[in-house]
Amino acid sequence: MNIERTTISGARGLDRDEPLSFEQDAPGRTGVDLPAAPDAPDRLGSLRRQGGIGLPGLAEPQVVRHFVRLSRMNYAIDYGLYPLGSCTMKHNPRLNERLARLPGIGDVHPMQPTSTTQGVLRLMSELAHWLTELTGMATVAMTPGAGAQGEMCGMMAIRAAHEARGEPRKRVLVPESAHGTNPATAAICGYEVDSIPATADGRVDMAAFEAKLGPDVAGLMLTNPNTCGLFERDIIRIAELIHGVGGYFYCDGANFNAIVGKVRPGDLGIDAMHINLHKTFSTPHGGGGPGSGPVVFSEALAPYAPLPKVVQRDGRYELVEQEDGPRVGRMKGFHGQFGMFVRALAYMQSHGRDGLKQVAEDAVLNANYVMEKLKDLLPPAYPGPCMHEVLVSDRGLDGTGVETMDLAKALIDEGYHPMTVYFPLIVHGAMLIEPTETETRETLDSFIGVMRGLVEQARAGEETAYFKAAPVMTPRRRLDETLAARKPVLRWVPEAPVAEAAE
Amino acid sequence: MSDRKYTKDHEWIEVSGGEATIGISDYAQDQLGDVVYVDLPDVGQQVEKGAEAAVIESVKAASEVYAPASGEVTARNDALDDNPALVNESAESDGWFYRMKLSNMSDLDGLMDAEAYAAFVEALD
Repeated sequence: MNIERTTISGARGLDRDEPLSFEQDAPGRTGVDLPAAPDAPDRLGSLRRQGGIGLPGLAEPQVVRHFVRLSRMNYAIDYGLYPLGSCTMKHNPRLNERLARLPGIGDVHPMQPTSTTQGVLRLMSELAHWLTELTGMATVAMTPGAGAQGEMCGMMAIRAAHEARGEPRKRVLVPESAHGTNPATAAICGYEVDSIPATADGRVDMAAFEAKLGPDVAGLMLTNPNTCGLFERDIIRIAELIHGVGGYFYCDGANFNAIVGKVRPGDLGIDAMHINLHKTFSTPHGGGGPGSGPVVFSEALAPYAPLPKVVQRDGRYELVEQEDGPRVGRMKGFHGQFGMFVRALAYMQSHGRDGLKQVAEDAVLNANYVMEKLKDLLPPAYPGPCMHEVLVSDRGLDGTGVETMDLAKALIDEGYHPMTVYFPLIVHGAMLIEPTETETRETLDSFIGVMRGLVEQARAGEETAYFKAAPVMTPRRRLDETLAARKPVLRWVPEAPVAEAAE
Repeated sequence: MSDRKYTKDHEWIEVSGGEATIGISDYAQDQLGDVVYVDLPDVGQQVEKGAEAAVIESVKAASEVYAPASGEVTARNDALDDNPALVNESAESDGWFYRMKLSNMSDLDGLMDAEAYAAFVEALD
């Protein structure tokens, strides 16, 4: 029996579409009972407000329900598997949250005198120590607010280093398998971006790389493991070659989760790398933010790392905020994302060095498990084992009329956040799946079962109309992304214009 | 149509009356999906063979469009500003990108004709 029902209310079970708060406006309705304004002479004259202020009138329970209903349309790592590739959506341990809320940590103010914040500075110093030890690097700049700002911080240090030597350079090499933010960062730092093609097995094309080297190359921005989910096996040779022309090696550390505790980037010849605390070290992200992207530097670039930094003098911790020298400018106000530092250090200390190594091993194991269980239906884009994420092309859907996007949308009906799609660009109809180490085998098996079932349905050809319409079980059906991009509505406008202030 | 040439990066170029018209191939628009924005070069701008001349953004990706030859831009297809969907509907006629005066006719040597391009695309799939 297959009963379909269109509800009278438009709700889908306990989930319903929700109008904007502005669309629920009842002028004068309010959750606060204010006394009437006193009968006093008006001294504002022509500055007096002429019309409404454009805020919706809502009762308190309406406001509460509005945001709770919206939150039910969201998907979160606390709800289910979140296999978004290159995002490392791992579980955020509750221990982290508890420690971040401790009195003295949760309520500390950035402008307190350092005599009252010794414990907090020590915490920052210990986190910095863990980060430099895990990466084998000389120093760390803690303040960058997220990965992309970390990249910018690293590239600014590279530019400063060349300028200090009196030889500013023009070009930055970026492999095709790098994160999309890498070329954007190089461009915004004033460099010309020169793209290096990938080989048939998804790594840097070494011949093409060598051909592009020259005295005008400032550096290389490489993601390792790369966005194909593969380890760049020539990385040490790559570092030697870039150093050989006087360039510096920036590594995007977004995928550090795959190698934490196993490989120290400093040993590979890397000069600067950001670390997404919100990925590898389990601090919240994905609408929950904020991110945090400390950048580690080699000896060669350490003199250019931005302040502030925590130092220890005579048994006391101090925050150094000013210093003469060639350092790049401050990246962010105050100390950086301190709340994330607490969570990241809690994660590191609760796992320990051996635990972090196991994190990387289990993340890689889980991704390879997914790859093996899907590969007869969805062949991997590149041969051999993957790292922390598995990349497949849309070859498995050839001739079905169902595309990567349709499969991703159908996953929403099945109760999963979709994987990353159409990225990296070098793989046709790419699907990038990163399960992370925090999923049980049962969860992985359920997801694999759904993916296999959907591909089999697509191949059977009987559900094509469904795939093209998916998702159909959500309060809103498939959104028109094309129209949204071509004719974006960026601001709500009332249907009947409210009275505007006099011109 | 007979003197239309194609590049391996899926641009087409057709010379007529001392001026060349450039766009992307029908295969390219199909691969990109719904086009949402096209950033065209300005009239008077010099473009260089193999260098970026335009940017095309679809629901799937943003891609560079390279100049198939060097020269000076003489016209841009303003219709794409308001209606980028023209690229999907008519990549090889109304959805043209820009026109230019070629610096060097020999830039066209080595580009593919329609038949060779069709075979090239066939091999990609």
